[in-house]
Amino acid sequence: MVKEIERKLPVVHMCTIVPISLTVGANRIVPTIAIPHPLGDPTRTPEEEKALRRSLVERALKALQTEITEQTVFTK
Amino acid sequence: MAFRVVHYINQFYANIGGEEKADYQPEIRDGVVGPGMALKGALGSEAEIVATVICGDSYFASNMEKASADIIEMIKKYKPDAFIAGPAFNAGRYGTACGAMCEAVSKKLGIPVVSGMYPENPGVEMYKKSAFIIQTKDNAVDMRKAVPAMAKLALKLLKGEKLGTPAEEGYIERGVRKNKFYDKLAAERCVEMFVSKLKGESFETEYKMPVFDRVPPQPAVKDMKNAVIALVTSGGICPKGNPDHIEASSASKYGEYDITGVMDLTSATHCTAHGGYDATYADQDADRVLPVDVLRDMEKEGVIGKLHNKFYATVGNGTAVANAKRFGAEIVDKLVADGVTAVILTST
Repeated sequence: MVKEIERKLPVVHMCTIVPISLTVGANRIVPTIAIPHPLGDPTRTPEEEKALRRSLVERALKALQTEITEQTVFTK
Repeated sequence: MAFRVVHYINQFYANIGGEEKADYQPEIRDGVVGPGMALKGALGSEAEIVATVICGDSYFASNMEKASADIIEMIKKYKPDAFIAGPAFNAGRYGTACGAMCEAVSKKLGIPVVSGMYPENPGVEMYKKSAFIIQTKDNAVDMRKAVPAMAKLALKLLKGEKLGTPAEEGYIERGVRKNKFYDKLAAERCVEMFVSKLKGESFETEYKMPVFDRVPPQPAVKDMKNAVIALVTSGGICPKGNPDHIEASSASKYGEYDITGVMDLTSATHCTAHGGYDATYADQDADRVLPVDVLRDMEKEGVIGKLHNKFYATVGNGTAVANAKRFGAEIVDKLVADGVTAVILTST
């Protein structure tokens, strides 16, 4: 799906298993927390969890605003 | 004396549990477990399964380096002559784990490694160069055929017998080239192939070109403050009750859902249709998969121009590549028509 979207629009793939995303061919990749809750962490308080989610989404927006020429994993 | 084999399976085939046990940490047990029984039968008297490693699929996927190193230590003690993993059919995380373990064992212990997978399993693309992967069908009904084929190939490797072509042996091509003598000159063979091609007949190339299925990256978003951001997910998020009946696995469709005025996804409004991971956390709060709450805040603060008022969701669980391609192509056309600037796609 991610590749078909990339043909026409910039897309960032937020996922936990980065090697699969790289194999499939996503270009902008943001690693996430865990398979059943990529953008959350049930062990934290709701406020902490939302702050964590916010930081990951901010990273995704940063990835979308970064010019790249090859597959890039945004770990920061 | 019989060859010593260690077998690798996941928590499901060890009868420990399904997705709710997918975080099961690796352990090793003496002898056979689960499908090891059939493998033992297929290996016969020439090889013995001395131990079985069991590891949860999510645990392995989330801790690949540690899990792989720990399992290597467990396996070493059994002094195996070969390592067999799976078969994993079309289970993505299981196939990835089988492939990763085959690669690690082959590198660290230098013994033959064999697995079994469906060609579309992501583990194939990642590890086909490192392991012999018997080609299976996409589900466990094929266990009957997959296991004997894996056993047969493992025995051949153990005995150092010469292997035939991938098609003859039933494994997925590894991209290894071998020299071979022909009676006919290359020029003759080449012209024959060309003539066959002109006639529209089938022919087999002697040197396959690699297929690079890559899409060049789109330029970056220049003006985020005025950008329309759309959410797409393969994590199965949908309105509660899954109105479109998106399948829990092997999805044949995706859903388009309006979130006009929706500031936060809650257990009362949204859930997941995904059958390939423990749904507890997504059902409690779907923002954990599809971050609507955070993007609404950012919209209010002016970080982004707008969150698109529709999101698109399917279930990425054993979904055929052809279907996923079609979903992606259809979704992006709709997004372009709606004036979307960029997409966040989340996967579980």
